[in-house]
Amino acid sequence: MVAVKETVEQVKELDVDQYKYGFSTDLEVDKAPKGLSEDIVRFISAKKGEPDWMLEWRLDAYRRWLTMVEPDWARVHYPKIDFNDSYYYAAPKKNAAPKTLDEVDPAILDAYKKLGIPLREQEILAGVQTSKVAVDAVFDSVSVVTTFKEELKKAGVIFCSISEAIKEHPELVRKYLGSVVPVTDNYYATLNCAVFTDGSFVYIPEGVRCPMELSTYFRINEKNTGQFERTLIIAEKGSYVSYLEGCTAPQRDENQLHAAVVELVTMDDAEIKYSTVQNWYPGDADGKGGIYNFVTKRGDCRGANSKISWTQVETGSAITWKYPSCILRGDNSRGEFYSIAVSNGMQQVDSGTKMIHLGKNTTSRIISKGISAGRSQNTYRGQVSAHRKATNARNFTNCDSLLIGEQCGAHTVPYLESKNASAVFEHEATTSKISEEQMFYCRQRGLSAEEATALIVNGFVKDVLQQLPMEFAVEAQKLISISLEGSVG
Amino acid sequence: MLEIRNLHVAIEDGSKKILNGLDLTIHNGEVAAIMGPNGSGKSTLSYVIAGKPDYEILDGEILLDGENLLEMEADARAAAGVFLAFQYPLEIAGVATMTFLKAAMNAQSRARGEGELKTPDFMRRVKLGAEKLGIPQEMLRRGLNVGFSGGEKKRMEILQMALLEPSIGILDETDSGLDIDALKIVSEGVNALRSADRSFLVITHYQRLLNYIVPDTVHVMSKGRIVKTGGKELALELEANGYADYVSDVAA
Ligand SMILES: Nc1ncnc2c1ncn2[C@@H]1O[C@H](COP(=O)(O)OP(=O)(O)OP(=O)(O)O)[C@@H](O)[C@H]1O
Ligand SMILES: [Mg+2]
Repeated sequence: MVAVKETVEQVKELDVDQYKYGFSTDLEVDKAPKGLSEDIVRFISAKKGEPDWMLEWRLDAYRRWLTMVEPDWARVHYPKIDFNDSYYYAAPKKNAAPKTLDEVDPAILDAYKKLGIPLREQEILAGVQTSKVAVDAVFDSVSVVTTFKEELKKAGVIFCSISEAIKEHPELVRKYLGSVVPVTDNYYATLNCAVFTDGSFVYIPEGVRCPMELSTYFRINEKNTGQFERTLIIAEKGSYVSYLEGCTAPQRDENQLHAAVVELVTMDDAEIKYSTVQNWYPGDADGKGGIYNFVTKRGDCRGANSKISWTQVETGSAITWKYPSCILRGDNSRGEFYSIAVSNGMQQVDSGTKMIHLGKNTTSRIISKGISAGRSQNTYRGQVSAHRKATNARNFTNCDSLLIGEQCGAHTVPYLESKNASAVFEHEATTSKISEEQMFYCRQRGLSAEEATALIVNGFVKDVLQQLPMEFAVEAQKLISISLEGSVG
Repeated sequence: MLEIRNLHVAIEDGSKKILNGLDLTIHNGEVAAIMGPNGSGKSTLSYVIAGKPDYEILDGEILLDGENLLEMEADARAAAGVFLAFQYPLEIAGVATMTFLKAAMNAQSRARGEGELKTPDFMRRVKLGAEKLGIPQEMLRRGLNVGFSGGEKKRMEILQMALLEPSIGILDETDSGLDIDALKIVSEGVNALRSADRSFLVITHYQRLLNYIVPDTVHVMSKGRIVKTGGKELALELEANGYADYVSDVAA
């Protein structure tokens, strides 16, 4: 993210297998006993030194979760998950609560360095990038460090781990946590409420334009461990923030669960731009191992003229179940969803968005590019709805699929619902294929099969890549071509 | 020098044999024209030389300056100097023509052991080449061949040939779809590329093209073989009399 050149080179160097982040770090860890129960929920809350209200909130969620059933409407297939066969808390033992970077276990710093995420501020500054990015690094269940905190503080911006926010800014957390994604929103979200371990908290005060990009880098390291991250971003009136999220996990034979909840709130005239490059371990070519990525992301454009923009590049995970959505509550508010979802091997992607138009003159834009290769299945599922009061709601949806090879599938499932006659929804969808004729044409001009595929794919995803911050776009482009390696020829 | 000896080719599943013992030699600097009835295998020959994967080579060999092309992938053949101007150029949506040209030229200079092209050099060469062929700059920003007219696609093929500087340029019915003025412009473009160490294989149905690109040799193809070889006057004779004299059962 930060030192792009370095990252790209590292990615090249690690060119042993298709997944470049499959290494694991040997560390002594502090783990909860295996399985899920009220005691485990209490264990997690105690480990984090949480106040009672937080524990009660968790326990309430856990009890409700017990009465819920797993959703089965997505076009994904997997054996039943045994939620008792997993660990719900794992934290590096050494210096459990580091105060400064120097106290962080060097093995962890090394792991992030290997991933191209230098955490030492002087290293960041020495990097090739001129723009600064503040990073919150979450390793398994805990945030190990947040950079540039002091500098952000001067601007009034709060950027810290959610665990710290619960203790330091309880009034904000209590006010907003669960206000966008209710506790009982869905099975995985409710589970997350009970057992979430860490994630990021961002608060941008009124009128402040956050002076740098913020980012969180999630890393699952431990075996058999679920990661339940929780992120909350609040943008007060007239403020702006651009936030990036990245993630990777070691290559392991068993499936690991990642069930995150992200909530965004924008007040009047505020804007949040949220970008994700999701690169969890996708499993091997035969579909063994890989992350189950069941994620609930939702933004609430609470204020008038506010804006929330989701950009996602999804290349990893064995299964992706993810629909970053916008509730367009404030009049004239705007929601955007730009997505590139790449699937190869045996990966299954069911992803899309919901644009819920509640306020007047609300607008939304959806650009989705799905690329399927190998034996993967890639589904776009999107809902656009206009409430009775959503006069002049406007949506534009463009949804393109590109198939590479004969054994993959692409599916488009749009749901449109309008209760206001003045609403206008436009929907465009295409499915195309990289034909052998096109490949031959490119190769006749001297391009290798990989170069030709990359060229065609880049052309296909261009519109979405342009939405990413520059340094991210370069990395994302690289990632996409790596993910598709071995899909041609 | 391109040497094709006793080439037998079937389509990949073996269901149909297309080339039946074809022999053809094109010397450096030579412009050879191939004429022949529809379906005689002209495009197939051009594809087989360029390395399209859909064919099975049953027998024979193709040598370019002594190198065995049949052992190489299509991109390696391109690097060795083979260029094919397609009868039906492909469209690639989303890839700007300029981007494609740059990728191809970079691949070519890499193959020749030269460094990547500097952007200003690249721009200058493309601009100059496009001007000569009457290709508006605006077209270079559009997706490759997307929405181009038939004639525009053909010009784009010749622009690519000019930029990639092959040792043998194969033109498969480049004249079809060109208006009279464009035919002249494109022919001039090809003639400008003629040189002692570059040869051409020009596939056409019409003698008219050969008034502009004057060939050294003319070959008649029928049923997957060269059945007659002569000088440029052979094209005139074909124009007047058709293929009947050289092809026993044209209608079949
Ligand atoms: N992939 C294929 N499958 C089946 N038949 C094929 C295939 N490719 C070529 N053919 C057949 O092989 C024969 C030669 O085709 P080819 O395109 O080489 O002819 P041509 O001489 O270029 O004709 P034209 O003058 O019409 O361009 C035709 O009968 C064609 O239908
Ligand atoms: Mg033909």
